[in-house]
Amino acid sequence: MRIKVLGSGCPNCKILEANVKKAVNEKKIKVNIEKVTDIAKIMEYGVMSTPALVIDEKVVSYGKVLTSEEIKRLLKPRKFT
Amino acid sequence: MDLFYPVQIFVNWLVYSIFSLKQVSILGEAINFFIYDSIKIFILLAVIIFIVSYIRTYLAPEKVKKILSKKFEIFGNMTASTIGIFTPFCSCSAVPLFIGFVESGVPLGVTFSYLIAAPLINEVAAALLWGLFGWKVALLYIASGWIISVFAGFILGKMHLEKYVEDYVYKIKIKKNLKLEKKTQKERAKEAYQEVKSIIRRVFPYVLIGIAIGAFIHGYAPENLLTKIAGKGNWFAVPIAVLIGVPLYSNAAGIIPIISSLIEKGLPLGTALAFMMAVVALSLPEIIILRKVLKIRLLIIYVAIVTAGIIFTGYLFNWIL
Repeated sequence: MRIKVLGSGCPNCKILEANVKKAVNEKKIKVNIEKVTDIAKIMEYGVMSTPALVIDEKVVSYGKVLTSEEIKRLLKPRKFT
Repeated sequence: MDLFYPVQIFVNWLVYSIFSLKQVSILGEAINFFIYDSIKIFILLAVIIFIVSYIRTYLAPEKVKKILSKKFEIFGNMTASTIGIFTPFCSCSAVPLFIGFVESGVPLGVTFSYLIAAPLINEVAAALLWGLFGWKVALLYIASGWIISVFAGFILGKMHLEKYVEDYVYKIKIKKNLKLEKKTQKERAKEAYQEVKSIIRRVFPYVLIGIAIGAFIHGYAPENLLTKIAGKGNWFAVPIAVLIGVPLYSNAAGIIPIISSLIEKGLPLGTALAFMMAVVALSLPEIIILRKVLKIRLLIIYVAIVTAGIIFTGYLFNWIL
């Protein structure tokens, strides 16, 4: 699993990153967390409101700071219906 | 009828009966003023932030750019400014916002209207103005902010400044467009409620300090303190107030209560509003961030036009009020 935190370094982006790390640690899973600060790369995802969270190249949230609880829910294997 | 009359009765009872302060004493009056204003302002803040945040859940920037890319000229500027009323503005999101708009074909002038309106017209300021000066002044603030952003954006659009946008902006291509989240009414209400909590938590120390300083000035500063130095007779007061306000980075929350008591001491309302607008609309950190997408020349024109608009509004209010 690959997680990317998109954000150009605003305070909210740092909070989101910290929450992601917390969620990952609590779930005890191995994931690759990457921080994307390059604006051109962020824009490629179509995101205009940062911070955004990308899991396996899919934008799962943008424009808000998810709590670690909310991130944990996203980390569960999702069922696609 | 004054909606807040019950609050005033309650505060009178609290201050004069429970704290047993004399009604005519300066201290009693200042404390009465402080408690009454705080209660009233927090009620207004909660209600207004809730309504605005609720409407905002329909206006994600990813959706706004779609709406705006279909509109041109003055109608685009008007729509952009109207949407800007409901959107908050965090200077850190200015760059992705700007690029996203330009990339999807929103005209430059329309983008600017949005970029000006979003910080200039903000709900915390509107709530505070309503609480301290009445709804007419709050409405006047929103209307004049809207007019400034429509016309500043329109003029910027007419000047054909596209070449002064940093070149890399035009090279960015959005590969995939985001699917917009569908939200239920309940989720929207919950989001709005979260927003109320987070904004109030953030601004409340400033509001309280602002009101406390305001109450102190109200009680202790001599009448007509400012009439001579910054009164209507002094023509330089408006531009000076605006030029001081532009680089300042502060939230409206702390500044408005202080300004409100300065008005009692002779500061004209137009000058005060112009100062407040300059503080919220433009700030040094925002200008520095916008430099990433705008070449210096466009940046200067942008700041100059917005500043001129605010100064003009200041004079206008001093003249009509």
